[in-house]
Amino acid sequence: MSEKPVKVLARNVHKSFGRNEVLRGVDMEVRAGEVACIVGPSGGGKSTFLRCINHLEKIDAGQLSVDGELIGYTQRGGKLYEMHDKEVAAQRRSIGMVFQRFNLFPHMTAAENVMSGPVVVRGDNKKQARERAIELLGRVGLGDRGDSYPMQLSGGQQQRVAIARALAMDPDLMLFDEPTSALDPELVGEVLDVMRRLAEVGMTMIVVTHEMGFAREVGDLLAFMDQGVVAEMGVPREILANPQSKRFQDFLGKVL
Amino acid sequence: MSADTREDIPAEREKPPIEAVPVRHPGRWVGAAIVAVAAAMLLHSLLTNPNWGWSLISNWILSPPILKGVGVTILLTILSMIIGLVLGIVLAIMRLSPNPVLSGTSWTFIWAFRGTPVYVQLFLWANIIALYTTLSLGIPFGPEFLTFDTKTLIPAFVAALLGLGLNEAAYMAEIVRAGILSVDEGQEEAATALGMSRMQTLRHIVLPQAMRVIVPPTGNETISMLKTTSLVIAIPLTNELFFQASAIGNRLFQPFPMAVMASLWYLFLTSILMVGQYYIERYYAKGAMRELPPTPIQKWRRRLRMGGAQA
Ligand SMILES: Nc1ncnc2c1ncn2[C@@H]1O[C@H](COP(=O)(O)OP(=O)(O)OP(=O)(O)O)[C@@H](O)[C@H]1O
Ligand SMILES: [Mg+2]
Repeated sequence: MSEKPVKVLARNVHKSFGRNEVLRGVDMEVRAGEVACIVGPSGGGKSTFLRCINHLEKIDAGQLSVDGELIGYTQRGGKLYEMHDKEVAAQRRSIGMVFQRFNLFPHMTAAENVMSGPVVVRGDNKKQARERAIELLGRVGLGDRGDSYPMQLSGGQQQRVAIARALAMDPDLMLFDEPTSALDPELVGEVLDVMRRLAEVGMTMIVVTHEMGFAREVGDLLAFMDQGVVAEMGVPREILANPQSKRFQDFLGKVL
Repeated sequence: MSADTREDIPAEREKPPIEAVPVRHPGRWVGAAIVAVAAAMLLHSLLTNPNWGWSLISNWILSPPILKGVGVTILLTILSMIIGLVLGIVLAIMRLSPNPVLSGTSWTFIWAFRGTPVYVQLFLWANIIALYTTLSLGIPFGPEFLTFDTKTLIPAFVAALLGLGLNEAAYMAEIVRAGILSVDEGQEEAATALGMSRMQTLRHIVLPQAMRVIVPPTGNETISMLKTTSLVIAIPLTNELFFQASAIGNRLFQPFPMAVMASLWYLFLTSILMVGQYYIERYYAKGAMRELPPTPIQKWRRRLRMGGAQA
């Protein structure tokens, strides 16, 4: 397993909002094709870390790279240069992101949502982009709902459209921020199924979640993030069976 | 319905309609009667009092100078609103920009143009324009009326557009800004995560959703603009509706009927705008409601159909 190239590498990542130091030295290594799940108490910095990976937030210190390329900075002659907005946007294209509250574009149909990235960002031909969108919607089990507006879909369906929208940009890394937390319990399964299938075809994924079952079955890695650091990390079955710190034990006691 | 037909459809359960005496509202009837009497008195006076000058109005309402005035008023309204809307969007985006020079410039513009009366602005523009045209067109050429045309009428129109359009832009900027701020932050985040630039996000994601908040006040602004055009007398621009109507009124020593006539025209035009506004609002409600509200025509059809079913 360790033969695969490193996809995401975080070294001592720091991030503050004003005086509030949210990330205080996060270390993480995710290899291509792996699924890394992040769990931890609220406010521990999970979302913030995920947002740093595609530069929705700028890190203050440390190193964060995807495919060996620093996020948001270029290194020339031992010096760091901030990237231009355009270059950052280009980096983001190969990173898909799925949000807790779906964030579908409400003024567009499901198919238009999925097409929006390719058409607006890459300038793809509309007709072909639509065909591709319908095909992607088919992959998340919504091939017949292309003309529905988000308001007309259930939460689970909306989240699956959001996954298809992220996949439309052909990312090779997918970030999920609590993708099932806003869903009714009976709709959680359909979204997790789509994610499971995505993992099976070798997508590299970082998933913030409270679904321990998913983390145990699908995850290659499990990180417990608490108070701005990755406190424990390892193979899910092992660290779940044998949590080291008191805080991880307490956390597991609450969610399991 | 007889008993044997019911046997034919055994699954169907009987659903007797509720037969209740509706609540009576005697107060409403008294109120309606009072209003009806007052309206009848008003109508009677409108039709019989000669001071209203209805025959004069009907003689002039479709006359060439008035029709031309209506045309100029409409043109001024449309062009000023286009300037106001486009510049307003630009100002709103500048105002929300992280660049302090851009947001400061926008703030100052809005401050200056909202803080002074549009009548005064029109007057100032006329003088600024006159300053420049006398500099460039200082040498008289051609026959008298031609110099009059180029030197007065065109600059007057430009001054009117500048005065009305820029003043409107200051108000539209605030409307557009409120619209942009009304869009959920997650929308911008999702667009950014797809790799869209700030401008692409604004154009394709944020502004279309902001339109739902922007359109209703813009409709009001357009209606207001139609009436504000009567202030271009400050320049003076003389070929719009109200000036023409007053000029005719003064010539005939009948200013009152001519002002009523101008009001009828304004009412007619604003009514058309209100209908247009309804349909545009309906268009931009897309995605915000599961089902679009019916158009008035659809509403009438539905009512007719239901009436037919009840009869
Ligand atoms: N844009 C921001 N500005 C200021 N503070 C922020 C911002 N984003 C997050 N924070 C703060 O950072 C801290 C960590 O937030 P974060 O959302 O990363 O936690 P989390 O682990 O995802 O929690 P949850 O499980 O509740 O989603 C919180 O205290 C939050 O208030
Ligand atoms: Mg979070």
